[in-house]
Amino acid sequence: MARAAVSGRLGERLRWRVATLVGQRVETPAARTLVLDVPGWPGHLAGQHVDLRLTAEDGYSTQRSYSIASAPDGASLELTVQRVSEGEVSPYLAQDLLDGDLLELRGPVGGWFVWRPEQSEPILLVAGGSGIVPLMAMIRARRQLGVTTPFRLLYSVRTPEDRMYVDELQAPDPGLEVTFLYTRQVPEDWPRFPSRITEKDMAAVAWPPSMLATSYICGPTAFVEYAADLLVELGQPPDRIRTERFGPTGD
Amino acid sequence: MPEPAHHFQRSAHHFQHTPHPADPFADEPAVTDVQYDDAVDDDYEDGNALAGPLSELFAVDVVSAQGQCTGCGTTGPIAQLRVYGPGPGLVARCPVCGQVVLRVVRGTESAWLDLRGTVSLQFRLGADR
Ligand SMILES: Cc1cc2nc3c(=O)[nH]c(=O)nc-3n(C[C@H](O)[C@H](O)[C@H](O)COP(=O)(O)OP(=O)(O)OC[C@H]3O[C@@H](n4cnc5c(N)ncnc54)[C@H](O)[C@@H]3O)c2cc1C
Ligand SMILES: [Zn+2]
Repeated sequence: MARAAVSGRLGERLRWRVATLVGQRVETPAARTLVLDVPGWPGHLAGQHVDLRLTAEDGYSTQRSYSIASAPDGASLELTVQRVSEGEVSPYLAQDLLDGDLLELRGPVGGWFVWRPEQSEPILLVAGGSGIVPLMAMIRARRQLGVTTPFRLLYSVRTPEDRMYVDELQAPDPGLEVTFLYTRQVPEDWPRFPSRITEKDMAAVAWPPSMLATSYICGPTAFVEYAADLLVELGQPPDRIRTERFGPTGD
Repeated sequence: MPEPAHHFQRSAHHFQHTPHPADPFADEPAVTDVQYDDAVDDDYEDGNALAGPLSELFAVDVVSAQGQCTGCGTTGPIAQLRVYGPGPGLVARCPVCGQVVLRVVRGTESAWLDLRGTVSLQFRLGADR
């Protein structure tokens, strides 16, 4: 159980671990899922992330955070990395790794942007681009445990081919409602023009404030700020909105 | 197509090294007034990104602790601060008033934690942490 596993952290500071890449999946033209074998992985909560440390041959080293995509009880640890053009690290992770490569990581970390199965309130998930990753872990955790808490997902992407996990999101999952939103290009016969998220889009998915839902918003910083403001304007109490900003990675 | 690399290649255009000063906070003004302009500034992450760096120093999760800002008195989770970085350290500002609530600088042999913008940190001692 994730719960028991996480309590193993008490009194123990985190160490860097060495993970082995055991598989890769192409999610979109720009994004890849890395399947990692991490000896001694203590388990995680949906929404947590890891820090990866990359070291070049000249000794230069740098770190980046990546959300955990897999459900807590999965056999392996999965991350999904979306290539940011001109980025220092993400193009390497999303296109240059080979199975068997070793990666240094620290985690799981982050105790705030998490969904716990014992939460009984309805949930709204709002994703911009790669911000889907930790939210997908929440959807997977919910399904894995057979929890019936109602979930809604609003997922904003540039074009239809930028959607990650699309087969899984379109498979029937009772109590999960998925809405896609396109900012640059829409599928054929799509009723909505491509545009960034509007108040109307948000009003269509926000739970009534009286239901005391929790909303999780994740993605590029500008997206998160904008989406969180919309939810507040729609009357959601700010302390029921949890946000995670990925930085200026543009969407 | 780039050739597949088995090792990480350093790219030249980002991340110049900034040497760590002996006391990285010596010249830091106590209060910094910031006018946020979301229309032009999105070059920051948030306190969730501090979870890893702070896990090197603390055995409990600090980002879910409630912190109170000395600038405006607002209380909220560390996860919701605006985090700027990475060099020469991570600077976490109050999302309301811009006060530097927390700074962390990691050197090779030590780490500095500057909490002068924090009135208090409140940790919930729940069943699982
Ligand atoms: C908690 C957390 C979880 C995350 N989870 C994921 C995840 O699951 N999947 C994922 O794909 N990403 C995730 N990210 C983002 C990830 O950590 C990296 O930021 C991302 O992969 C880009 O890294 P990079 O090295 O390729 O780009 P960088 O080289 O760091 O550049 C990032 C962006 O900033 C721009 N930029 C760089 N320097 C400047 C500058 N000085 N001024 C203005 N703009 C600049 C670049 O052009 C680029 O658009 C997460 C981030 C956080 C904080
Ligand atoms: Zn403040």
